[in-house]
Amino acid sequence: MKRDEWKTLGWGAGLLVVAALLPLTGDGYLISLGVTIAMYTVLATSWALFSGPTHYISLATAAFFGVGTYVTGSGIEVLPYWLLLPIAAVVGGVLAALVGLATLRLSGVYFVIFTLGLAEMTRQAVTWYQNQTGHKGTYVLTDFTDNDIYWQLLGLAALVYLVGWAIGRSRLGFALRIIGDDEDVARHVGINTALSKVALFIVSGAVAAVVGAIIAPRYVYIEPSTAFTPMLSFQVVIMALLGGTGRLWGPLVGVIPFTLLWEAISSSFPNQTTLLLGLSFLAIVYLLPGGFVGLYDRLKGRAAKRSALA
Amino acid sequence: MKRRTLLKATTTLAASLVAGVAMAADPIIVGAVAPKTGPLAGGAAVTHWPNIELWVSEVNERGGLNLGGEQRMLEVIEYDDQTNPAETIKAVQRLATQDDADIILAPYSTGLNLAAAPIFDKLGFPQITSSAATDQIEELSSQFEDMFFLLGRSTDLAEDAVEVLSDLREAGEIGNSVAMVNVADAFGIELAAVGKPALEAAGFDIVYETSYPLGTQDLSPIMKAAKAAEPDAFVAWSYPPDTFGLTEQAMIEELDVKAFYTAVATAFPSYGARFGSAAEGVMGIGGVNTASPDFQDYAARLEATTGSKPDYWASGMMYASLQILEEAIETTGTLDMAEVTQFIKDNSFETVMGTIEFDDQNNNTAYWTVGQWQDGEFKGIKETGREGAVEPIIKSGWE
Repeated sequence: MKRDEWKTLGWGAGLLVVAALLPLTGDGYLISLGVTIAMYTVLATSWALFSGPTHYISLATAAFFGVGTYVTGSGIEVLPYWLLLPIAAVVGGVLAALVGLATLRLSGVYFVIFTLGLAEMTRQAVTWYQNQTGHKGTYVLTDFTDNDIYWQLLGLAALVYLVGWAIGRSRLGFALRIIGDDEDVARHVGINTALSKVALFIVSGAVAAVVGAIIAPRYVYIEPSTAFTPMLSFQVVIMALLGGTGRLWGPLVGVIPFTLLWEAISSSFPNQTTLLLGLSFLAIVYLLPGGFVGLYDRLKGRAAKRSALA
Repeated sequence: MKRRTLLKATTTLAASLVAGVAMAADPIIVGAVAPKTGPLAGGAAVTHWPNIELWVSEVNERGGLNLGGEQRMLEVIEYDDQTNPAETIKAVQRLATQDDADIILAPYSTGLNLAAAPIFDKLGFPQITSSAATDQIEELSSQFEDMFFLLGRSTDLAEDAVEVLSDLREAGEIGNSVAMVNVADAFGIELAAVGKPALEAAGFDIVYETSYPLGTQDLSPIMKAAKAAEPDAFVAWSYPPDTFGLTEQAMIEELDVKAFYTAVATAFPSYGARFGSAAEGVMGIGGVNTASPDFQDYAARLEATTGSKPDYWASGMMYASLQILEEAIETTGTLDMAEVTQFIKDNSFETVMGTIEFDDQNNNTAYWTVGQWQDGEFKGIKETGREGAVEPIIKSGWE
């Protein structure tokens, strides 16, 4: 590893430790904001691992997340909780693999629509199963507090960053960047494009499922309508785009301001939330097309040019 | 800019003039969180929000709550949880820590109430749920000791509907064949899972059975098939949109049954308004004692203050939850929630729904389970210990 990378790793570890200290403030409100930020950080970062380099916009986050909540919901009575997280990862990964193999040949808007449909389809499949078996409500009663959930999400975030960093350095990451630039070229130079895309989609799906499994105890009662809410998929995409997908830390700098903005809007204008959110989306798309990462790179580029001229 | 639905300027002025003091004591901050947007916004707009508006305006009109000799006005802070459990949790946190709420009202619906249970428990606020129907009351109240249940167990709701049919059959009013359908979503599945075995155990012959996804627009094939099976009774474990849709199709197909039951939303005033005399004889989940002067008075006040009519199921229970809270606070004369909660556990309360007391699982065991539209009102016909149930009538046509 280069010296720069050690430095980045050190910074990351330091920030993680600081973040992990948040529950020590004892402020329940800060911690519940922390849970939201941690949850979306994991979801948006893992989303960007796949969608960033490939430019495939996936709206399937809710499908994987929902599957994860149901893994916990149906397994909590029979299996130890800690076993449920890897199971959720496997189930999410398998679902992503099946979907990926079937659809990653689709391009552009077709893929977007399919992934949006996937969440609805998974929801209907779960509902169908419950209906067949005469299901009587899914309850997840545990002793977990928001602190426990927060720390678990933080741990998962650390893992996602490590995986993302490792992929970025690997042949797979290189291959994906080429695919993102021009898929035909990638195929001609001998990259197995389908396999590369599916591999990353699996990572992204497995992570989202684990997030769902971790969040389930927080909801106590699991319903298809809340587990598979399409809002989740859209929010993840918007947050990731606000931050920018070009760098690993991009989604994080989108998630934090977005969560705070959302919080400010819903606490100050509880009757106009949806309207103001819509306006914020428009503003983001118009004013920050490359997200905060794009802005950062532009400013850096301008500074570099200026110093070159001087 | 916090939205605080406070006393109007005029009432403040009047109150301070009457009291003759320069400034009244600090207001009591009441936190309220429920859907204003999202799938459950419509239900909350009928059952939840108007009751809060009525309660606060009435309490403030008479000068506020009496806290150990001191009159304190109510000031409400409302949040929209967007029908999203994560937002409900966050809003309750915000109310407790940022807005320093003295009281936080239980949220709306089964799912959102359960999501909020751990945080209410942690913060030590009593959570008097009036729109949560669950079979897990024992487990929930042992884990969340401050959680109370007014609406009852979901099993009773379905089993009692079957019992009404059995009674009609024993009386020789209807035959033995039933068509049963359900919406394939959480509560609809749960009701069907209880209702079907109950129908079978009661010896009914289920001649037609199907389910449909939530949000199904075209329900006519279902009603056509149900009609073709020539049932004596039709039972739908349905949700608001399909409760309306199935009734409409039954009218179009002129489904000839002597008992017609649809579940959630049959008790809504909008159901009676939409179907008028065709609603006569339709049975559904819920019910109230419409002959009770207390309920009639409450309904009139609600409409006068908020312009919206109560539904004939959970609305009254929601208002009752506020009455219980009010009595507990005024009698104990404190905002110490541990003391208030203990008072709620130990006492019985006179409410618009009648006397309410909680058993050792914090459960109100006396509630309405089945109602029926009769003479333009949705009257309770089956209960688990309420007074004023009327005799069911036979459905005769859709005119």
